Amino acid sequence: MEAAQSTAKTRLLKKQRRLGSEFRGRLLVMTAAIIIIISTLSITAFLTAKGIQTFINGDVGLSEFLTSSQWNPTAENPQYGALPFIVGSLSVTLLSALIAGPLGIAGAIFMIEIAPSWGRKVLQPVIELLVGIPSVVYGFIALTVVVPFIRNTVGGTGYSMLAGVIVLSVMILPTITSIATDAIKSQPDELRDGAYALGATRWQMIRKVVVPAAKPALFTAIILGMARAFGEALAVQMVIGNVRDMPGGVLDPSATLTSIITLNMGHTTYGSVENNTLWSMGLVLLAISFLFILIIRYLSARRNA
Amino acid sequence: MRKTKWYILIICLIATVGMLAACGNSKDSGASEKNNGGGSDSKEETKGESKSLAISGSSAMQPLVAAAAEEFKAKNPDADIQVNAGGSGTGLSEVSEGTVAIGNSDVFAEEKEGIPADELKDHKVAVVGMAPVVHPEAGLDNISKEDLKKVFTGKIKNWKELGGKDQKIVLVNRPDSSGTRATFVKYGLDGETPAEGVTEDSSNTVKKIISETDGAIGYLAFSYLTDDTVKALSVDDVEPKDENVQNGKFPIWAYQHSYTKGEPEGLAKEFLDFMMSDEIQSGLMKEQGYIPANKMEVERDAEGKQTEIKK
Amino acid sequence: MNAKFADKLATTGFIAVALIFVAILASLFGYILVQGLPHISNSFLTTPSSIVRAGGGIRDQLFNSFYILFITMLFTVPLGVLGGVYMAEYAKPGKVTDFLRICIEMLASLPSIVVGMFGLLLFVNTFEWGYTIIGGALALTIFNIPVMVRVSEEAIRSIPRAQQEASLALGITKWHTIKTVILPAAFPGILTGAILASGRVFGEAAALLFTAGLSTPQLDFANLNPFAANSPLNIFRPAETLAVHIWSVNTNGIMPDVKEIALGGAAVLVISVLLFNIGARFIGKIIEKKLTAGK
Repeated sequence: MEAAQSTAKTRLLKKQRRLGSEFRGRLLVMTAAIIIIISTLSITAFLTAKGIQTFINGDVGLSEFLTSSQWNPTAENPQYGALPFIVGSLSVTLLSALIAGPLGIAGAIFMIEIAPSWGRKVLQPVIELLVGIPSVVYGFIALTVVVPFIRNTVGGTGYSMLAGVIVLSVMILPTITSIATDAIKSQPDELRDGAYALGATRWQMIRKVVVPAAKPALFTAIILGMARAFGEALAVQMVIGNVRDMPGGVLDPSATLTSIITLNMGHTTYGSVENNTLWSMGLVLLAISFLFILIIRYLSARRNA
Repeated sequence: MRKTKWYILIICLIATVGMLAACGNSKDSGASEKNNGGGSDSKEETKGESKSLAISGSSAMQPLVAAAAEEFKAKNPDADIQVNAGGSGTGLSEVSEGTVAIGNSDVFAEEKEGIPADELKDHKVAVVGMAPVVHPEAGLDNISKEDLKKVFTGKIKNWKELGGKDQKIVLVNRPDSSGTRATFVKYGLDGETPAEGVTEDSSNTVKKIISETDGAIGYLAFSYLTDDTVKALSVDDVEPKDENVQNGKFPIWAYQHSYTKGEPEGLAKEFLDFMMSDEIQSGLMKEQGYIPANKMEVERDAEGKQTEIKK
Repeated sequence: MNAKFADKLATTGFIAVALIFVAILASLFGYILVQGLPHISNSFLTTPSSIVRAGGGIRDQLFNSFYILFITMLFTVPLGVLGGVYMAEYAKPGKVTDFLRICIEMLASLPSIVVGMFGLLLFVNTFEWGYTIIGGALALTIFNIPVMVRVSEEAIRSIPRAQQEASLALGITKWHTIKTVILPAAFPGILTGAILASGRVFGEAAALLFTAGLSTPQLDFANLNPFAANSPLNIFRPAETLAVHIWSVNTNGIMPDVKEIALGGAAVLVISVLLFNIGARFIGKIIEKKLTAGK
């Protein structure tokens, strides 16, 4: 009798403890989510507040900033047109995503579907390691290898958008590949077996089953790669030439928002017009990143529907 | 659960340690509590017996100041000096806000927007000369100031127009806000705006570009002219040499300034005196390719007016 | 027949891509290691850096890199994994979840230089910490959270639901299931994510320029009191990491052996990440064995 009572008691206690831990777990997880939201909001708020100073103080008109291609902050009549840098940033990002996206996804498919053991043993570790190569080192190598190569094959200085695109493509390749690999790996085998059972070849299985199923995650991989390319500063700055004119073609030197920010941030004083315009460029970076995300979300939502 | 508990514990610990360290950093040990942790006027505090001094600013000056700090520390083991780069603008901003005790700049504070120059005390610790530098095969040793302006404004496009090789001229610039560029434009180009060209912030990179690109021209501080991978040009037949800067013949040079908010005190004063001592001025400065400030025979004010120093 | 031919063609294509990959990776690595290894010596790793003279080492920078990595991971791993758990297990489709996902994507797309400036204004100036390890680590945490959350979430989602349902069917609560069934099963994937994130921390320079600074006090490795200014463990001291060091010697170093230091440093960086990866995999394998044996 007593024994039965005590076991009931312990069971009850256990259950309570379980529920307590359940509540604590939920609390923990929610806290993490809230911290993430708060840090994003605070950075956004902060960047926006800093970035709109230029226009609030009336130093530079918003339309001039976004549509004029004349950037000359140290002239007698300073001009603050950031259009060349916006175009430069967008161009290098899109071009490197066009190169690295398909390559990265193809590499991921190779690693999972074509030669899993070889891929896992050789490619996977090397790719993870490549993610760890700092942008400074990429920039340094590009400076000593890519730039002279371009200079010797097409002439000019070799500092060009093309050099920037090459560096960025190589830089974001491992990022895209590793995330794409995880995405393809996480597709259930039932899909593959089903496709084979219906008599599909491996290529048909990859093209019609695995890739479509993994599409949202593959887009995510490309977004993250693009984000890295878009925000990359030091490596691009080392090879792109940082010219303030509108880029005419991939062989011309050009500049990106990040390269102009890194070049000038330290030299300008807090609160000066030039410093504020750099913050405005940071805000433009943020806005364009956001736009990318929205476009891709829209695309993946439509594909899934 | 155990794992997460640990994490929370660790984060709490770190936070507590952080708080303690923040307080510990900014209080005399054993002093009474201060609300804001004190030390906000200038980052110079006394901790027990060791003193600390924060310096930031011009990245061009960082090696010099950091090396001087090393020597200073060798003499005063209990002094803790932190030298951070970040750019002249950052240095001037931080010293005016009181975040650091000394802010280094390669331009006069008067030349930067939004800096209360009248509140800052200028210590001209060194002088740096700059020369137009070309690819060794351009075929020139000397350039007149007028031609230099024409080259940099894009009116002259090939070296053969100046009697050099048949090479297209490639300009290598510095960023708009850089002190090196400001100096070169002011004293080398008499204020004319340079045409567009490849723009790099780092002197090492500029040197590399010029040495590798046929027909390239840029400008570098004397301290980078240590080998013959690039060629420094004389301007109006005046060689880019230390003595020519000291006697005022070579026009392109600038001070390296260390600014303090008001008169320096304590460790900041000791350190600046050390920077101006002969030991550093004639030792370390020379070694790093700077021109000692105390050996100048001419001086300039913030407007760029040059006058003889009366001895 | 046609389909078979297309299949062969595609396979050839994929193999070609893989070969391109290997070629790129091998040439990069070859370049770094062949050029950098000759400069790595015992003294290079164990002497402090010099600002002017040739022959400076990277001892303190190397330590700083690992230390900042460690502190960053202390923040990133729990936050990222919990975030991933939330996304995979607790998030109900709706505005909040969507918003959180947008937040994570925004964090992922933040340019590092902007994070650095944010850190400069918040940690360095507003909190008046000055340039610190903790400021650098917090800035890097902002970077790493998205990677960590995404990877954790994907790892959790890829676990067969049957396992989880079995646990729930036994009357075990959700949180307990997550702790005992899901996280252990997702561990390898999460580890991969942590390595990926570590690699980024190790190589990040732009965000650290403005937060952890460009200098290191004279470290006294005998002094392990975390409150002393010259103690390596003090999280409120400035710390130049190896990646930042490579950038700074390249940018304004005036020592005669800039290129050697940069190449040597790059090689050390790459080898460190390599060792780190191998170590993490090794530990991961052991943990996995223990967990599966314990069931």
